[in-house]
Amino acid sequence: MTPLLEVEGLRAGYGQLEVLEGIDFAVDSGQKVVILGPNGAGKTTTLRALSGMVHTSGKIAFDGGSLAGVRTAEIARRGVAHVPEGRGTFPELTVQENLRLGAYVRRDGAAVKEDLGRCYGWFPRLEERRSQPAGNLSGGELQMLATARALMLRPRLLMLDEPSLGLAPIVTRELYRVLGEICDEQGMTVLLVEQNAGLALDFADYAYVLESGRIALSGAAQDVKDNDDVRRSYLGF
Amino acid sequence: MERFIQVIVDGVATGSIYAALAIALVLIFRSTGIVNFAQGEMAMFSTFIAWGLYAGGVPLGLAVLTTLALSFIAGMVIERGLIRHFEGGETLTLVIVTLGLFILLNSLAGWIWGFGNRSFPSLFGDSTFTLGGVRLTVESVGIVAVLLAVVGLLFLLFQRTKIGLAMRAAALNPESSGLVGVRVGRMLMLGWGLAAALGALAGVLVAPRLFLDVNLMGSVLIYAFAAAALGGFDSAIGAVVGGWVIGITENLAGTYVDFIGADLKILVPLAIIFVVLLVRPAGLFGRREVARV
Repeated sequence: MTPLLEVEGLRAGYGQLEVLEGIDFAVDSGQKVVILGPNGAGKTTTLRALSGMVHTSGKIAFDGGSLAGVRTAEIARRGVAHVPEGRGTFPELTVQENLRLGAYVRRDGAAVKEDLGRCYGWFPRLEERRSQPAGNLSGGELQMLATARALMLRPRLLMLDEPSLGLAPIVTRELYRVLGEICDEQGMTVLLVEQNAGLALDFADYAYVLESGRIALSGAAQDVKDNDDVRRSYLGF
Repeated sequence: MERFIQVIVDGVATGSIYAALAIALVLIFRSTGIVNFAQGEMAMFSTFIAWGLYAGGVPLGLAVLTTLALSFIAGMVIERGLIRHFEGGETLTLVIVTLGLFILLNSLAGWIWGFGNRSFPSLFGDSTFTLGGVRLTVESVGIVAVLLAVVGLLFLLFQRTKIGLAMRAAALNPESSGLVGVRVGRMLMLGWGLAAALGALAGVLVAPRLFLDVNLMGSVLIYAFAAAALGGFDSAIGAVVGGWVIGITENLAGTYVDFIGADLKILVPLAIIFVVLLVRPAGLFGRREVARV
């Protein structure tokens, strides 16, 4: 079976600065993959490269086509939902408007309405605040909104950039619990980048460790978690 | 008393014309982040096209509607063909580009239609009617009605439709909009098209009150800037209120304050703006301080 997403020799950077020095990885349909690594390893750049937000070279095969050189909006239209660093929500718009924007490219109005109800079911806090500007939400609620906004696309691939960033540990745990439930229920394909290795490895099926723009190692999430050398050298816990 | 009410109604009508052009400025400011100095000349050019169609035998109403449609397309073409190349660069560069467009359109209009005056017929004729003992012109009331209809339609577009939501999102945060599949460039094009059509509307409404020549919109643009600044450069409602405040005070001062008269009345709105912006730098309805030119 060909993977849903297959990346080969991906290089990306900002101007003169090359952040990714040729990385290979793959995500199978229905699989949850995490990319771990320290600050500055290139995790965020990897997701930005897949979304066409930075200049790239290399092969990005997705769902029978190529994403290389494709514009961000068209990549979203092919079913890639990206929750970026900083969450990508619109603080001036209401919670409900943010969610409707998530489904902007869909043409199936009735199903969109259903999905809206489903999102409110997963995140009841959002329903309580549906008419408020997103700027009024707490950090945890904002991350819920960003995640729900991405799910509104009915994505073929959900990409999450450090959902735990800036959240209290208890909020992060709750977020990963709900996220795990949703993904299992929907059979969602996920590409996650995270610094919080413990939670991410429990959530994911497969893990890559990124170091200075290269893949240092990869393996089943459980194996990576159980390997003491790996934990000490790369993950620091 | 009758005179006073007439002056107020006329002020609201004039103010509505300023408001139409001011909303055009606000639309572009919100999406492109610049003040479009060519907005008035685009409107003047459109008004000449309406005049040309009318002079060629097209009924006035149809000529105006055709002009609005053509202006909408021309606005999109200007964004796509000219402005797009400077997007994301220095703000000042873009401002200079709009100044260049100002000069280009002004000269082009002079070259095509000459620099003489023409009279332009009113969409509403020149009849009057009496309401509660006060005689009003159909034109004044018609202008206000048109503006209110336009504001209502814009409200529906931005608040109730998907494309309007996408236009707002693209203006607020282009990068996040791209991530949900909004084609930001097209939204900017639409914004410029709408602004050009609104400007054309202001042009055909004001032309009967002045003479149609290449400098038709010179003072109107100043008043529209004033209205937008007064309302806060990112608020359409602010532009309407600003336009009305300026139209009314300008008319009142011109009529009742002897030494002001017709020649000095342009100073009145500028004095108001000066005072309002001293107290509220973001304008009456503005959300943030306007930092860009």
